[in-house]
Amino acid sequence: MRLATAANEAYTTSLTVSELLGCKQCGGGRVQDEELGIRIPRPLGHGPSRFIPEKEILQVGSEDAQMHALFADSFAALGRLDNITLVMVFHPQYLESFLKTQHYLLQMDGPLPLHYRHYIGIMAAARHQCSYLVNLHVNDFLHVGGDPKWLNGLENAPQKLQNLGELNKVLAHRPWLITKEHIEGLLKAEEHSWSLAELVHAVVLLTHYHSLASFTFGCGISPEIHCDGGHTFRPPSVSNYCICDITNGNHNVDEMQVNSAGNISVSDSFFEVEALMEKMRQLQECKDEEEASQEEMASRFEIEKRESMCAFSSDDEEVTPARDVSRHFEDTSYGYKDFSRHGMHVPTFRVQDYCWEDHGYSLVNRLYPDVGQLIDEKFHIAYNLTYNTMAMHKDVDTSMLRRAIWNYIHCMFGIRYDDYDYGEINQLLDRSFKVYIKTVVCTPEKVTKRMYDSFWRQFKHSEKVHVNLLLIEARMQAELLYALRAITRYMT
Amino acid sequence: MEKMSRVTTALGGSALTGRTMHCHLDAPANAISVCRDAAQVVVAGRSIFKIYAIEEEQFVEKLNLRVGRKPSLNLSCADVVWHQMDENLLATAATNGVVVTWNLGRPSRNKQDQLFTEHKRTVNKVCFHPTEAHVLLSGSQDGFMKCFDLRRKDSVSTFSGQSESVRDVQFSIRDYFTFASTFENGNVQLWDIRRPDRCERMFTAHNGPVFCCDWHPEDRGWLATGGRDKMVKVWDMTTPRAKEMHCVQTIASVARVKWRPECRHHLATCSMMVDHNIYVWDVRRPFVPAAMFEEHRDVTTGIAWRHPHDPCFLLSGSKDSTLCQHLFRDASQPVERANPEGLCYGLFGDVAFAAKDSLVAAESGRKPYAGDRRHPIFFKRKLDPAEPFSGLASSALSVFETEPGGGSMSWFVDTAERYALAGRPLAELCDHNAKVARELGRNQVAQTWTMLRIIYCSPGLVSSASLNHSVGKGSSCGLPLINSFNLKDMTPGLGSETRLDRSKGDTRSDTVLLDSSATLITNEDNEETEGSDVPADYLLGDVEGEEDELYPLDPEHVHPEEPEYVLPQEAFPLRHEILDTPSGPEHLQDKADSPHVSGSEADAASLAPVDSFSLLSISHALYDSRLPSDFFSVLVCDMLRFYAEQGDVQMAVSVLIVLGERVRKDIDEQTQEHWYTSYIDLLQRFCLWNVSNEVVKLSTSRAVSCLNQASTTLHVNCSHCKRPMSSRGWVCDRWGSGG
Repeated sequence: MRLATAANEAYTTSLTVSELLGCKQCGGGRVQDEELGIRIPRPLGHGPSRFIPEKEILQVGSEDAQMHALFADSFAALGRLDNITLVMVFHPQYLESFLKTQHYLLQMDGPLPLHYRHYIGIMAAARHQCSYLVNLHVNDFLHVGGDPKWLNGLENAPQKLQNLGELNKVLAHRPWLITKEHIEGLLKAEEHSWSLAELVHAVVLLTHYHSLASFTFGCGISPEIHCDGGHTFRPPSVSNYCICDITNGNHNVDEMQVNSAGNISVSDSFFEVEALMEKMRQLQECKDEEEASQEEMASRFEIEKRESMCAFSSDDEEVTPARDVSRHFEDTSYGYKDFSRHGMHVPTFRVQDYCWEDHGYSLVNRLYPDVGQLIDEKFHIAYNLTYNTMAMHKDVDTSMLRRAIWNYIHCMFGIRYDDYDYGEINQLLDRSFKVYIKTVVCTPEKVTKRMYDSFWRQFKHSEKVHVNLLLIEARMQAELLYALRAITRYMT
Repeated sequence: MEKMSRVTTALGGSALTGRTMHCHLDAPANAISVCRDAAQVVVAGRSIFKIYAIEEEQFVEKLNLRVGRKPSLNLSCADVVWHQMDENLLATAATNGVVVTWNLGRPSRNKQDQLFTEHKRTVNKVCFHPTEAHVLLSGSQDGFMKCFDLRRKDSVSTFSGQSESVRDVQFSIRDYFTFASTFENGNVQLWDIRRPDRCERMFTAHNGPVFCCDWHPEDRGWLATGGRDKMVKVWDMTTPRAKEMHCVQTIASVARVKWRPECRHHLATCSMMVDHNIYVWDVRRPFVPAAMFEEHRDVTTGIAWRHPHDPCFLLSGSKDSTLCQHLFRDASQPVERANPEGLCYGLFGDVAFAAKDSLVAAESGRKPYAGDRRHPIFFKRKLDPAEPFSGLASSALSVFETEPGGGSMSWFVDTAERYALAGRPLAELCDHNAKVARELGRNQVAQTWTMLRIIYCSPGLVSSASLNHSVGKGSSCGLPLINSFNLKDMTPGLGSETRLDRSKGDTRSDTVLLDSSATLITNEDNEETEGSDVPADYLLGDVEGEEDELYPLDPEHVHPEEPEYVLPQEAFPLRHEILDTPSGPEHLQDKADSPHVSGSEADAASLAPVDSFSLLSISHALYDSRLPSDFFSVLVCDMLRFYAEQGDVQMAVSVLIVLGERVRKDIDEQTQEHWYTSYIDLLQRFCLWNVSNEVVKLSTSRAVSCLNQASTTLHVNCSHCKRPMSSRGWVCDRWGSGG
């Protein structure tokens, strides 16, 4: 009972918030309903994700006990059941860990005040122009008593948060450039300085939201109904869409069109899966037969690193970010830059010298107790999650494939595993998949439905979401590794 | 046995000599290992693999094993081990999963012997069998342990850790067939080398990865493990269930652990992160390391005792690219720096005091506690003659009770709760606080607040209301003429008429000006110099009369303090001996008990009317014409120090916060921090969470404002079933679903 009342309340408050924030662009649309006094919003999208058909996604009410408990947790923590949760529930085991971590980061003990946490979330999401997350956290930010003036741009926030802008920028796009000087600059800034504990909290939040932005775009999460772009006040009969309602989110008109990538014959894509499995089998068996030389191994990493930058889809045009999002960060031109392309030599990061399990964990747990443990669990679950299925096949050992994906992402960030043969990546990940991974991880705002549809065509949506989980966790770990290494260097 | 005797003779023949020394390597080290002859050490890392000879005065590079045209990943070592039987045999674990053996007896420049490429992931550890010449064991990230016979090309047997990464493998020194392995998930397994199908025993030793383990060189069956959970545990493996014998809590995750030769309970550890020191622990004394080596500037990655029967020489390699030899006699011993005395307040003001036996004995000899030790509790730890530090371990505990009622701290709590520290103009704050202090009968404090207001607020800014308040009160009690005169003038506080009147007052009380400002200053000086002997010279003629008039102001508030004046005084000096710390409020209370302090408080009280009112009337002129605004800051700082020294940090901190920038720069950061932390500590003892949080918030000291960034946990219980509501926010597991 209590739950239900709370739900009603939450719904009403979310409505008032949406009234406040309103859809500024289409002021015209409001006039017609004013006589009635009440305007009833209707959902715009079709389900929680624009990429996954609504019927494929679990409906609230038809979940099993475990999922129900998760939903209850999520609702109790956030006062809502957001679309991210609804998509992630494909993998309840991961979702549980994810929610626990996020809840801890945002609402539990920690060095930073609540409104700072949400504001940092906004800053991080805004780097990827992720209006979905920005909108959610603008609401939360105001809800915990944040100053609305800050939302007009980073320059209106306290100097302390402004100082964090640079780290946010570098971390999101070129984490390998983080040096201990960045850390020093933040920690020694007179009265605006950060404490180590605060900084670690902030870094964890930043990386969390950078990767969550990747997930949002990677799975095409639809805007929440109470947020900008998530609803319309037009009656269903009106056919002429207010253009801003569509483009306000991340919709592009062309994406709304029926996707044409799926028209390759089913048999083709069927063979795709078969071929992939065959390759895995081969790799497993021929492992010891031909041992590549050391030089060969080293160059394979370099090749993969170099190629990963070419993996971008051809349409490399500059996206001009939506205005309301861009105000949270300056220097919009600063994006993911590939390693060697810009003539800057970046030494390869050897994971054997600084890894999460041995070093990162200890540092985080020292400065921000318990969070190290939570993130560690989350990484573990994401890395080890498997149902031993591949598309229509059962009882498949997918560890090789998962490791290839994980290491490919780390490879894009220059992180090298001495004990991995990067030749495997080339065998297991085809081009369209690489394009998707690369885009989701580095420039998530450019992900399109076409990209989502064109890789692994025979695979289930839940498996594609699984891939996304791997992507975001690998990305988060990569960013964390660079940031924490810089902090460690500062401390020694 | 045979081997043992050989080793001892080797040691006996040439006892180890050397000094604490270090040498610079070209690259960070990952591991080190010592040759059997104790004269050579091998250092391995990602880009270093060298053998150094340990000479009397220095390390001398003997051999570089990294040869070849191109650096290969096979040479990127995660671990290295030198065979304890064969001086020519070494093995390394490479980060790419290759196990390499090296034969120093090879004539060519390249000493590489065999290459085992069976592991799929990084090999974390290699270990030679202690007595078999050809058996090598490896543990890898891929979750497998492999046993190699060096006479064959492939592994002899493979042990599976069920895809949990292996962090360490160690052959038992005494059990020929047994080895222990530690895992990333916190487990330790015991294997029989002949039975690769399943482990003999498995138990969870740590929360999180177990990075290292080491078998005790003498005590068969003792295994030390170190983990990411910052603990070192010693297990007795002879019992059917592994039993935890000792547990040492360190400050960082434990990367390596090595038993100290010839010292049954000692082991050396180094950490994986943040902490760069090497510690030697006595496992029976798990809180203070027995010795500490602080030479390294980055994390220590490898430690090794130079000789298996010499406890004095420790070698270490580090990420800071140095190789060190530490001598035990040069170690710093934290025990010596530890404060062996402890002092603690009880809930009702009791004091417990623990100290070394000898110290207490000596002191009691000097001054018998008999009169004071009403309920002394004395106990001694049972001495264990086997313990090397038994002399240190014996201590005595004495408990001293306060007299009932004597330690009442209600004034502290009231003051803390009622003071206003921010959010209003300075003058109002000062007035408010003065009023609070006066109502609690703390006249000296009240006086200080009033003076502060006069010093820092130009009278033009003083609101009429606050003036009304302070002055009006005086008049109602029929104070002397000069005060009532002021009252009349100031009460309107608005019109030009007032100013006129005030200037009239100025001229009129011109003589008083000089006197009273002088008095003010001397007064403060006197306070600073402990104000013990009452300077009678400025007790002006009308003081007596005023004192009489002041007390009736709030008779019921003044009263409670009176009994303290008549407390038996013999208690004081004795207690004073013990309570020689200046920070506690008890102290102030004690002082208040003592005759001389109560005297000085009486002075201040008696001075109150003179200072406050006469200065009030003239401070305008005083300010504008002659004195710069920071004229008083030195005095005020001295005053603050005085209060803090007296134990009233409450006053010091409150004034510091109220005055803010005006005085902050004149007091050094550390002192401020000290005051803040003392005050906050006191507030928290009295459960004044709100006040303490406000103080933390208002403080400008960085270390202090960090305080409320530490965690606070709020536990919520269900109102129906009283059970804690764990994960569900506001919904109880049991009732939530039912409605």
